[in-house]
Amino acid sequence: MPFCLSKCPYCDFYSVKYNEETAIMYSQAVIRNIRHYLSMDSSLKFDTVYFGGGTPVLLWKEICSIMNELSPHITDSAEITIEANPCCTTKEALCSLKSNGVNRISFGLQSGVDKELKALGRIHDSLTGIKAVNLAADAGFYNISGDIMLGIPYQTKDSLNDTISYMTSLPLSHISAYMLKIESGTPFASAEIKLPDEDEYADFYLDTVKSLDEKGFIQYEISNFAKRGFESRHNLKYWRCEEYIGIGPAAHSYYNSNRFAVNRDIDAFITADIQQTVITERECGNFSEWAMLKLRLSEGLDFETASKRFGVTRDEILNKCRLIPNKLYEIDDKSIRLTPEGFLVSNAVIGIITDI
Amino acid sequence: MSENSYMQEIRNFCIIAHIDHGKSTLADRILEQTETVAQREMEEQILDNMELERERGITIKARAVRLKYKADDGETYIFNLIDTPGHVDFNYEVSRSLNACEGAILVVDASQGIEAQTLANTYLAIEQDLEIVPVINKIDLPSAHPEEVKEEIETVIGIPADEAPLISAKMGINIKDVMEQIVKNVPSPKGDPEAPLKALIFDSYYDAYKGVIVNVRIKDGTLKVGDRIRMMATGAEFDVVDLGYMGAKTLENAKELRAGEVGYIAASIKSIGDTKVGDTVTLVDNPASEPLEGYRNVNPMVFSGIYPADGAKYTDLRDALEKLQLNDASLTFEPETSIALGFGFRCGFLGLLHMEIIQERLEREYNLDLVTTAPSVVYKITKTDGETLFIDNPTNYPDPSEIEVAEEPMVKANIYTPSDYVGSIMDLCQERRGTFKDMKYLDLNRVELHYDLPLNEIVYDFFDALKSRTKGYASYDYEMSGFTPSKLVKLDILLNGEIVDALSFVVHADKAYSRARKIAEKLKDNIPRQLFEVPIQAAVGGKIIARETVKAMRKDVLAKCYGGDITRKKKLLEKQKEGKKRMRQLGSVEVPQEAFMAVLKLDE
Repeated sequence: MPFCLSKCPYCDFYSVKYNEETAIMYSQAVIRNIRHYLSMDSSLKFDTVYFGGGTPVLLWKEICSIMNELSPHITDSAEITIEANPCCTTKEALCSLKSNGVNRISFGLQSGVDKELKALGRIHDSLTGIKAVNLAADAGFYNISGDIMLGIPYQTKDSLNDTISYMTSLPLSHISAYMLKIESGTPFASAEIKLPDEDEYADFYLDTVKSLDEKGFIQYEISNFAKRGFESRHNLKYWRCEEYIGIGPAAHSYYNSNRFAVNRDIDAFITADIQQTVITERECGNFSEWAMLKLRLSEGLDFETASKRFGVTRDEILNKCRLIPNKLYEIDDKSIRLTPEGFLVSNAVIGIITDI
Repeated sequence: MSENSYMQEIRNFCIIAHIDHGKSTLADRILEQTETVAQREMEEQILDNMELERERGITIKARAVRLKYKADDGETYIFNLIDTPGHVDFNYEVSRSLNACEGAILVVDASQGIEAQTLANTYLAIEQDLEIVPVINKIDLPSAHPEEVKEEIETVIGIPADEAPLISAKMGINIKDVMEQIVKNVPSPKGDPEAPLKALIFDSYYDAYKGVIVNVRIKDGTLKVGDRIRMMATGAEFDVVDLGYMGAKTLENAKELRAGEVGYIAASIKSIGDTKVGDTVTLVDNPASEPLEGYRNVNPMVFSGIYPADGAKYTDLRDALEKLQLNDASLTFEPETSIALGFGFRCGFLGLLHMEIIQERLEREYNLDLVTTAPSVVYKITKTDGETLFIDNPTNYPDPSEIEVAEEPMVKANIYTPSDYVGSIMDLCQERRGTFKDMKYLDLNRVELHYDLPLNEIVYDFFDALKSRTKGYASYDYEMSGFTPSKLVKLDILLNGEIVDALSFVVHADKAYSRARKIAEKLKDNIPRQLFEVPIQAAVGGKIIARETVKAMRKDVLAKCYGGDITRKKKLLEKQKEGKKRMRQLGSVEVPQEAFMAVLKLDE
C-alpha cells in the first residue's frame, strides 16, 4: 500500500503522497488482482496476509473492503498484519480493522528518543508512539510489533538502551531491529549523514540482541525478535523459501517457482486490468538461495534437508566451516546456526558456506 | 667541397622546453608554416603521437620529421626537426638525439621564465656544442614579461637573447621569426660524403611490414639501397632494403642518404635489440675505422615483477610485453613465478617513469589488469663460497649466513637548483644516504651539486621528492658508478604468519625499521577486515621488527527485509563475490591488488 503522508529521508521504498481518490482506485485494483489470482487457482488459501509498504493504515477503509473480498479464502488461524505509523492510527481505524480480521499490527516506532526521531525525519514523537501502541492494545490487538532502528544520527549506547526500555515497556509481542543503511537516491545519501563505524554498529547490535533476550524477546532471524509463539509467520515464509503473492507496485512474489516483481509505477498498476510483472528469477530454489535464507534464521540450516533436497552433505558444509571462526556459528548433528556475532557478518559467512 | 654545397641548406635541430612551455605546439606550428602537413591533416601535437605522451605532456620516444622551408633569402632549406624525450630516465637517449643536431631551439615561457628541467637539457646541448636559439613563447598571456625572461636567459644560461623571437605558438604569432633564426643561427652540418660511412642511430621502432625502421643522422659517408651495413657495437649485419626521409605523416623513399642528412633505414631487421640507440652504422665493404663517440650499452636499472591479476591472462601479458619490446629495446622481461602471485614476468626498466609508462601501456593498450611488485635494483652478492650473484629479485636474496659481501649499485648525481634550495636538497640527499662530493655556482643564483647516491634510494621517488622540496625548480641527472659494499638486509612481510614473497625487498639496514613500519601500516589500511584477525608482520632474518593487525570483520550483513525481494539480496551477495575475485588469496588471507600498489607508494 504505497501511500505516505510524507517521505522519510532515509527510505527508498516505493511510495506516493496519500490522496483519497487514488487510494480508492488503488484498492479496487488490488481487489481485481486478488480475483485474478483466485480465478487461476480457486483452491488458493492464504494463511498469512501482509498489508505493508508505505503507510497502509492510512487506507484502513480500503483494507477493510479488501479483507471482505479475501475472507472466504483465508484460513482460520491466519496471521493478518498491517503496518502502521503511530501518527495516523486512530481508534476508529483500529477497531474496524480488528473486526474485519486484521490481527497483527506493526508500528514503525524506530526509536524512543525524540531527538533521534527528528533526525530520522519521522513525523511522530515518542509519546505518540506510546499512545498508538496502547490504543491498538485497547482495540484488542495482542500481536503488536515495533521497529527499532540502529545507527540513527546521535544514537549512543545509552540512548539505544533507553529505546529498548521504551519498547519493552510497551505491550509489544514482536520487535524488529534494522540497521540504518544509506540507500542511494535518498535525501540521506546526499546529506553526508555520519553513520556509526563497523565496531559501533556491531556493539549496538549485540547489545540489542542481549537486552531484548533478557526481556523475553527471543531472536529468530537476523533482525527479528519475538515472545515465544509470536514470530512473524509471514516473514518466515520469505526465509523458508515458501510461496507468496505480492500485489501492488514494487511488490515481490515467489509463486509457481518463479520470483517476480511489479514495476514501481502506481498509475500503471491502477490502470492495468491485471498487474504487469517482471520475472526476476526463474527456477529458483537452489542450494545457495536456500542456504542464504535459512542461515538468516536462528533455527539455521538443517543437514537433512540440505542432503535430501540439494545433495549437499554435512561433511561438505563442515569442511567449509574451517574458514569460519568458531564463535560465529553453532553446529551439531542436525543443523548449523549462526550466533549473533555470526549474523553480523552473515554475508561473508553465507558466501563461504554457499561456495560449494 | 663544392659538391657538398647541399649541406649549406640543411638545418638539423631539436626543441628544448619545460613541460607545458609549448614545445609540441611550436612543433605543430613549424609543420604548418612549412606546409609539411596539410591543414586538414593537422591534429594537435603531431609529434607526440602516443596517447600517453599527449596526456602526460611528455615526450617518451625520440621522433624526427623533415620539412622544407623557403626562407626570406629566397633559398629553400631542409629542416630536420628531431624531437627528444625529456626525462632523466631517458637521459642517454636525449644525449644521442642532441648529438644528431647542430642546434637547439630553447623555448621559454614568457610568464614563468626558465625552469630547472629545461636547464639540465640545455646544459646537455651546450656540452654537445649545439647552437642554442632562444625563443620566448606565450607572449599573448597578460602575465608575460619577455624582457625579464630575456635577461634571465642571458644570466642563467649565458647566451645572448637580444634577438630571441617573441612568439605565441598557440596563436601562431611570429613563428616565421623562429624559422629565420634557425636558418641564420643553426650551423649547417659538416661531414664528408666520400668518407667511410658513420651514421648515428638515435631511434628505432618496429614496423609490421618493413621490420625495424632505424632513424639515423649520417655523420660521414653515403648510404644507398642495397648496401650491406654493420652495426658497429652489436656487429649485426643487414642489407639495406629501403631508405629515405621522415615525412610528417609517412616515410619518403630516397636513393641515398648523404653526410649531414637525417633519415631512416629499413633492412629487414627483425629485432630492435640489433639497433641500439647511439650505435654507429657503417658499410661492411668500406667500414669506418672507429665508431662515433658516446655509445653506451643501456642496461635496465630497475626491476619489478609484473603479474596478470587474472592468472589466465598470462599469455596475453607475454604477447603484450613482446609487442612493446619490439619498439623498446630497453625493456627486458623473463618469466618468473611467485607463490603469492602465480606466473608473471620479471621486467627491467631504465627507471621508474619508464616502469610506470610500460605498466600504463600494458593496462590501456592491451587491456590487462596487473599486479606489480615493489621495484628493485640489482644487488651484487659475493657468497662465502666465492660465487658472485646479481640479484634483481628480492625473493632470490641469499640467506645472510651465505653472504660474504653485499654490494649495491651507486650513481653519480648532478643536481641543478636555485641556490635557495641547497639546504633542503642537502637534507634530502642525507636522508637518502648520499655522499656530498662538491658544489659549484653556475651563476649568482644557480648551483650544481654533486652527490654519490645509492641507486635504490633514487629509483622510487627521488625525482618527486626533489621537485616537491624545491617548488619544482631543481632537476637532476645521474650516471651509474658501479657497486659499493653496503649493509643490506632483506625485509620480509608476513601475513597471518606466512611470508608473502611478492612483498619482500632489500633495504639498507639502517632504514629497515622505518620502512617496515610504514609498509605494515600501509598494508593494514589496504587489507579489508576478514572473518579472522590478520596479523601483519615485517621481519628481517626471522626477527619481527614491525607488527600491525587487521581486526576481524564485525559487520557485513543485509539486515533489511526489502518486502520479500529475495532477488535483490542475492544480487548484492553475488556482487560481493565478484569483488572477492579481484582479491589475491594468500594462504587464508584475501589481499586486494591495491595493497600491492600501496606498498610502492610509501612516501605519500
